[in-house]
Amino acid sequence: MSTTISAEKLVRQFNGLTAVDEVDLAIQAGEIYGFLGPNGAGKSTTVRVLCTLLAPTSGRAVVAGHDVAGEPTEVRLRIGVALQEAALDPKQTGEELLRLQGRLYGLSRPDVDRRVADLATLIDIGDALGRPISTYSGGMKRRLDLAAALVHNPEVLFLDEPTTGLDPVSRARVWDEVRRLNRELGMTIFLTTQYLEEADALADRVGIINEGRIVAEGTPVELKRSIGTDVIFARLDGDGEAACPAVESVAGVVGVEARGSELVITAADGTAVIGPVAVALNNCGVPVRDLTLRTPTLDDVFLELTGTHIQRDDEAIDAELAEMTESETETAEVAR
Amino acid sequence: MTVTDATVPVSGTGIRARPAGTLHDIASIAGRALRAVPRDVEAVIPPIFIALFFYVVNIGTLQDLTEANIPDFSFKAFQMPTAILLGVTGVSRAYALVLDVQDGYFDRLLLTPIRRLAILLGHLAADVTVAAALTVPIIILGFSLGVRFEAGPLGVLAFILLSGLWSLAFAGFGYAIALKTGNPAAVNSSFLLFFPFLFLTSSYVPRPQLTGWLDTVASINPVTYLLEGLRSLVMRGWQWDELGQAVLAVAAVGAISMWLCFAALRGRIQRG
Repeated sequence: MSTTISAEKLVRQFNGLTAVDEVDLAIQAGEIYGFLGPNGAGKSTTVRVLCTLLAPTSGRAVVAGHDVAGEPTEVRLRIGVALQEAALDPKQTGEELLRLQGRLYGLSRPDVDRRVADLATLIDIGDALGRPISTYSGGMKRRLDLAAALVHNPEVLFLDEPTTGLDPVSRARVWDEVRRLNRELGMTIFLTTQYLEEADALADRVGIINEGRIVAEGTPVELKRSIGTDVIFARLDGDGEAACPAVESVAGVVGVEARGSELVITAADGTAVIGPVAVALNNCGVPVRDLTLRTPTLDDVFLELTGTHIQRDDEAIDAELAEMTESETETAEVAR
Repeated sequence: MTVTDATVPVSGTGIRARPAGTLHDIASIAGRALRAVPRDVEAVIPPIFIALFFYVVNIGTLQDLTEANIPDFSFKAFQMPTAILLGVTGVSRAYALVLDVQDGYFDRLLLTPIRRLAILLGHLAADVTVAAALTVPIIILGFSLGVRFEAGPLGVLAFILLSGLWSLAFAGFGYAIALKTGNPAAVNSSFLLFFPFLFLTSSYVPRPQLTGWLDTVASINPVTYLLEGLRSLVMRGWQWDELGQAVLAVAAVGAISMWLCFAALRGRIQRG
């Protein structure tokens, strides 16, 4: 299998600040590569360099066999890009936008007609294609943006946070489309995301980036395995403390913690241990309501590698926004 | 036209992406810009209204005064080029380019194999077309007021062409500001640049009637020579020396504005 996207010690700086710091990549043809990291980690800058929108400060990147700095036009012919914000002209209709895209990629009029018809079906946008884009919903804009990236049937598709801001239904549709493009057309897909479940669900391999550097890379399973233990939750009809000794004696169990009527059991290989744990609980006479095996999440991986969470909960974000608003109000009052 | 041999076979559909060629790219961008004009009528109605308004008001104010003091003088003919410049100067899609930058659509264009120059040239080609179209109602008003072109029908075409080229030359400043600042308000205020050009010259009375200092300033104002060239077509026929000076004045302003706007384009692309 050939390498479709590669980078060697790729660096991009802005006024001395390093946004991308010696990133190495080797992404195979037909692969879905998830690029995971928090806001400001360097994901979008890396995409913009790989897509020829930004020149690298140093290092080298090759996409679809062509150097992004030396042969940008050759790269552009072979890639499709849906950037973080849908890059659309709100005054054009969807059809006008797709037709112009087709013309700029040198497609003949019959080819443009065919692609517009194909893509209209693909993005399921119906009669809205003839309406100004300003009337589209957020989900429709995202799907049109994806269609615009696919007009010329590229070898490589870059998706920069394609589902940020979408409702769950629209997000699921984008996921289905990404899978279909990869499965049916063999398209190589480079996907940045800050959603753990997105990387987990879509990517063959994941690169985790933090402060401009790739801190881990592998399949989602490999990454999660790399930090060790699985977790088994047992909900009991009775006192968890009483069941502890029996569970601790099961081979492979690393630790047992009782939290009222729940047991939290850690094990190197949860799949192998969950059966013997169920037997041990049954033997010690504590009725078990349910057993749940949870493998570590990619957030656990990120936490292990960087000491911080990749995603914060909504409450934390709301609190931060409220704090910023308060701070701005105070600043305004001082200025007055 | 530039067409490289770079063609890209894609997944069994027979679709082949390739550079479309510079002229094709310019036509595509210009076509998009022209399609947007009817959707942005608020961008073209005010300039034409202002031009027609001041043409009529200036005639009402100054016609008797000037014609009484200058023998064989037609103020209606004299004033038509001033009205035209008011109408076509600053008419451009530069603000739309700012919106493209803000909406991310400029990036979408940069991601295609289009030549960067063609993005600007396409917009400028559309601007010349719009500017030429805007001259028509003013010329029609002039004809209805009794103005006749001494240079004949070809003179009318030369008049429209020269006005369009001036509009293009001045539009370069708007695009430079658009690409440099990405700020629609800054682009809209670029028309203010034109004020000194328009008023420190022979806009309302012939140069011999200007006071000493203003005549000196007018002598270094390129709009003076543009107005003289346009007026020669209306009032004196084919005066090649005056037309030559007008073309040179437009070329000089255009060279500066285009240098600025292409430098701004390079800067915008480098900043990514």
